Amino acid sequence: MFAQILFWVLAAICIISSLVMVGSSNPVRSALALVLTMLSLAVMYITLSAQFIAAVQVVVYAGAVMVLFLFVIMLLNLGAPALPEQPRSMQTVLAIALAGVFLVGLVAAGVFQNLPAAPISAKHLHGLGTVQQIGYSLYSPHQPWLFPFEATSILLLIAVVGAIVLARKQPAETEGS
Amino acid sequence: MLPVSYYLILSALLFTIGAVGVLIKKNPIQTFMCIELMLNAVNLTFIALGRYFGQMNGQMYVIFSLAVAAAEVSVGLGIIVAIFRTRESIVVDDANLMKS
Repeated sequence: MFAQILFWVLAAICIISSLVMVGSSNPVRSALALVLTMLSLAVMYITLSAQFIAAVQVVVYAGAVMVLFLFVIMLLNLGAPALPEQPRSMQTVLAIALAGVFLVGLVAAGVFQNLPAAPISAKHLHGLGTVQQIGYSLYSPHQPWLFPFEATSILLLIAVVGAIVLARKQPAETEGS
Repeated sequence: MLPVSYYLILSALLFTIGAVGVLIKKNPIQTFMCIELMLNAVNLTFIALGRYFGQMNGQMYVIFSLAVAAAEVSVGLGIIVAIFRTRESIVVDDANLMKS
């Protein structure tokens, strides 16, 4: 009963704040609404026995990524909505109509899909999502996740170098570009 | 646990809201936020199904998806800063050439 109430409250917060994010023309307000969405999703992850992912969600998404967004918004001085409000164009109407069709497809796939009955015993769920279990899955040679982990470290290195190269000031005396 | 379809429907709703935002927003920073929302919706699906089947694989996918999202955001915001430097405007309709 408690889990049910928690789910509905969190789902309402998620959907309302994501609608605020899409509807607002002020980027700062959008960013704060997205933080609210991510925090309520983190609480939902805890109820789904993914405690470590919930903590990572708060630290990485609601912390680092959103601070980066706010930093860029303030660096480019976009705090006030400078864009003129445009009349509702054909593109908006078409986008919402197509998204409605897409949502019907997704919901149909979620509701009417006959998932096999999963026999989840308490023994299975014990320790699911703890740091110990995550570390075992990530680093054990019997699990397939060690090579993707190493590849991800190279990806992050490339992203760091690429972000610095893209965002630095171009020297004035370079010829050509 | 609640039926897993509740979580799938919530995830579908969030993904669709994010897709609408990507299609209609003119500010590329808000477009990026909508992409983050779509990634979060997919993460919710992974975790709900992983909990449903009692396996760790869903959560492992979410960890890698988080890392890829962080890399994507850093590079994407770098691109936005570079576009702003060359054009003094970041409306997506103005940035129609790869060449500066």
